[in-house]
Amino acid sequence: MNFGIVVFPGSNCDYDVYWGLKNDLGYPVRFLWHRQRDLEGCDVIVLPGGFAHGDYLRAGAIARFSPIMEAVVEHARQGRPVIGICNGFQVLTEIGLLPGALLRNESLRFAHGPVYLRVENVQTPFTSGYQPGQVIQVPIAHGQGRYYAPPEVLAGLEDEQRVLFRYCDASGRISPEANPNGSLHHIAGLVSANGRVMGMMPHPERRMNSRLGGSDGLALFQSLAQAA
Amino acid sequence: MKPDPPVTLDLALQHGLSEEEYQRLLDILGRTPTYAELGVFSVMWSEHCCYKNSIAHLKTLPRKGPRTLVEAGEENAGLVDIGHGLAVAFKIESHNHPCAVEPYQGAATGVGGIMRDIFTMGARPIASLDSLHFGPLDNARHRFLMDGVVRGVGDYGNCLGIPTVAGETYFHEGYGTNPIVNCMAVGVVRTDRIASAIAEGEGNTVIIYGSRTGRDGIHGATFASEEISEESEAKRSSVQVGDPFAEKLLLEATLELVKSGTLVGVQDMGAAGITCSSSEMAAKGKAGIIIDLDKVPLREAGMSAYEILLSESQERMLAVVHRGREEEAEAILDRWELLHSRLGHVTNDGRMRVLFQGREVCDVPPFELALGGGAPVYHRESRRPAKLDEYNAADLSPYRADRDWNVALLEMLASPNVCDKGWVTRQYDSTVRTNTVQGPGGDAALLWVKETDTALAVTTDCNPRFVYLNPRRGAALAVAEAARNVSCTGAQPIAITNCLNFGNPYKPESFYFFAEAVAGMGEACRAFDTPVTGGNVSFYNESEETSILPTPVIGMLGLLEDVTKTVRSHFQQAGDRVVLLGTTKPELGGSEYLWHHYGVLAGDAPALDLDLEKRTQEVVRQAIAGGWVRSAHDCAEGGLAVALAECCLRDRERPLGATVALEPGDLAAADLLFAESASRIILSVPPEHAAEVLQLAALKGVPAADLGAVGGDRLVLGAWVDLDLARMAEAYYNALPAYFQAVAAAE
Repeated sequence: MNFGIVVFPGSNCDYDVYWGLKNDLGYPVRFLWHRQRDLEGCDVIVLPGGFAHGDYLRAGAIARFSPIMEAVVEHARQGRPVIGICNGFQVLTEIGLLPGALLRNESLRFAHGPVYLRVENVQTPFTSGYQPGQVIQVPIAHGQGRYYAPPEVLAGLEDEQRVLFRYCDASGRISPEANPNGSLHHIAGLVSANGRVMGMMPHPERRMNSRLGGSDGLALFQSLAQAA
Repeated sequence: MKPDPPVTLDLALQHGLSEEEYQRLLDILGRTPTYAELGVFSVMWSEHCCYKNSIAHLKTLPRKGPRTLVEAGEENAGLVDIGHGLAVAFKIESHNHPCAVEPYQGAATGVGGIMRDIFTMGARPIASLDSLHFGPLDNARHRFLMDGVVRGVGDYGNCLGIPTVAGETYFHEGYGTNPIVNCMAVGVVRTDRIASAIAEGEGNTVIIYGSRTGRDGIHGATFASEEISEESEAKRSSVQVGDPFAEKLLLEATLELVKSGTLVGVQDMGAAGITCSSSEMAAKGKAGIIIDLDKVPLREAGMSAYEILLSESQERMLAVVHRGREEEAEAILDRWELLHSRLGHVTNDGRMRVLFQGREVCDVPPFELALGGGAPVYHRESRRPAKLDEYNAADLSPYRADRDWNVALLEMLASPNVCDKGWVTRQYDSTVRTNTVQGPGGDAALLWVKETDTALAVTTDCNPRFVYLNPRRGAALAVAEAARNVSCTGAQPIAITNCLNFGNPYKPESFYFFAEAVAGMGEACRAFDTPVTGGNVSFYNESEETSILPTPVIGMLGLLEDVTKTVRSHFQQAGDRVVLLGTTKPELGGSEYLWHHYGVLAGDAPALDLDLEKRTQEVVRQAIAGGWVRSAHDCAEGGLAVALAECCLRDRERPLGATVALEPGDLAAADLLFAESASRIILSVPPEHAAEVLQLAALKGVPAADLGAVGGDRLVLGAWVDLDLARMAEAYYNALPAYFQAVAAAE
């Protein structure tokens, strides 16, 4: 199970994922530069957080044209796992591997802080290590994280149980107060129709060591390692 | 392009040089300077670049400690050894004047500038901090400034991927037109990979890389060396525009260049752009340098030599590369898609020569430009303002009258100087890079140094009211508070950086505050053995109507050998004992209580016994290392009552009450609850360890008392306060958002 982390010039959570996978979980992991076309045989591709090309235009709008993205799309088409975190999620919606879009937060301000997520579906390679309905705590850090999709798309996501994480409070209750950015249906993370491409705004890689506030993110990467 | 104007004394005066300085320039050159040369000297001899009015005093500060690798003034930032083959580069800098006219870009470029100082040393930045001071928030202009500054600090650091982990936000009338915006950066470097800002070795190549050079920011350094006035608005073009993505590329490329071994030296371009970087590098290497401005990548056509030399366009670097290794260095810059150009080379003639369109427009000795070289040094007149004696002698007894102490505490908790600053810190990414063990909201932030078991504690502190009433003691109190905050995480204070924000140095009564504050800071730093490894002076923080409170901000660095041996600042468990280290005295002078309830800034700053302070901090560090305490929090603005309230409230989801018996002795209730006596720390201690903590304190001669117990959903302070935590939380957490929500609703 090799993890490959795509590095765009403005990625800034690439090293955090790398450190967690390597040191907290002991998994083989390497960096993949955005201008290369080869995924070097990696089994799981991670698109990390950051500001891929500054994102002055629209988050992820330029990153989708990076040479490596053709290989990432092909990897996904073959049914092999791809996970986009924060900016990575934005890139995945821009390139069309995931539906919808991430708009500016309802507050029109950058928002950072721990949030609670309810795990909605554990029958995926990304969530099999969690319990159904489990509430986990991970931080968000984004200015454009408000998930939007047309009603028919949202209905489809719900019918197919493709919403994997929803913002909630500590007890797992869904409410507007517990939604940090105004995401429709309180969506924090979702998966593609074939169940192999996942995007989420919160940062599980920042919760892989109790020294740093918690380890609720570990199970996500452990699920992936087991799936492969 | 307009022809250059003839250089005359009048033109020199317009550039901010004095008649004496202009004469000195004529003597150095032995001829009339060119227009470009006049520009170069005026900016290099501005206070901002050469510290001409402050350096004589700064030199009295302790600069060397057992861990110092690079002392203040030697490089872009000081460097401190933390063991394991690693060192920490850290520094704080002001961006007050730009923020007064363009808060967003002013603050953003403030972060960008201080980050470059750190990675220019070869260090990877791991944390950002700020110290912000604004006018009261009931004024729309002040809210506009604060909103812009917070967005600017946040957006830049968030995009760059450096966590903003700690800071302070303070409000007072004096900061209304002249906000104080200080940014601090902390970086880690392997001691075998430290870079230097030096040009040496004849024939080595000078390369500029990063953003193009435009007309923005010309004379920013000179602008920063004047008072704020109505004309300042017209100088908005002196404010640069930041591009954090370009900075990110610059950061990664620079660290790769340093690692590659192709560099002789590297320097960032901040104030005075190409002029400052090239002349400082040459002066440091006792070498010469020749550069051709036609090779500088420009943002627009038609720029004059003067403009190119003085542009403060952001995100640019100057490197000296070993001859023969240029292509290797350029390949790294290409990989990061950075623009670069070979501008010239190092010479051995001790001159800085600048070519433009085939002509030599500048030929000056770099040594004469630089701080520590030929730059002027002035000993300014200092005179104690008569009003200080009046303030210090003020009778504070009318303010000790009895009142409803529940209401008094609730109001204090909602005061902008005391209340929760989450509205600010939620706009900052404080956990990117996954080093943050403790972020905003504690006494100091704590950052794990990956690949070791050690951690760094960092904080910024200053109580400007104390400095205003007693500059010498006030500055010492700022150092003491910073050290106390660091010690409350378990870390040992090891060094400071300072940002000295004061008024016009040419006014003796204004300069008095600066001179006295530096003296007090020196005394405290010697006591704590925390050398000053660098910093920044910002004068002229005044306008026609108002002047800031004197604000010497202390950025302190602490080292914790075992990252697991730390505690938080708030209560953790019901049943724990509440232990107070230190003594509360009748010291309401300069307190938040006087200011908030009576609008009075008077009295004297609290007494400070440096030796007792040091021992108190030893007690808290040893108690934490021994595993005897579960939380430690210092008493600062708002005194004991506010500090205890914070211990209860700081975990917003799980507030924990306490019942505390206070022994008033001779103290009035106002003093007992709200005096801001120094050297006090609140500990929460598991009952089984209470005896050990009290014994340790006794052994060190530190007063300590077991005041009561943690638990319940109320805070009870003797006969004076009995409050429901939910009510306190409402006051504490809603105060700041309310100022901004009300505005949003009105719009």
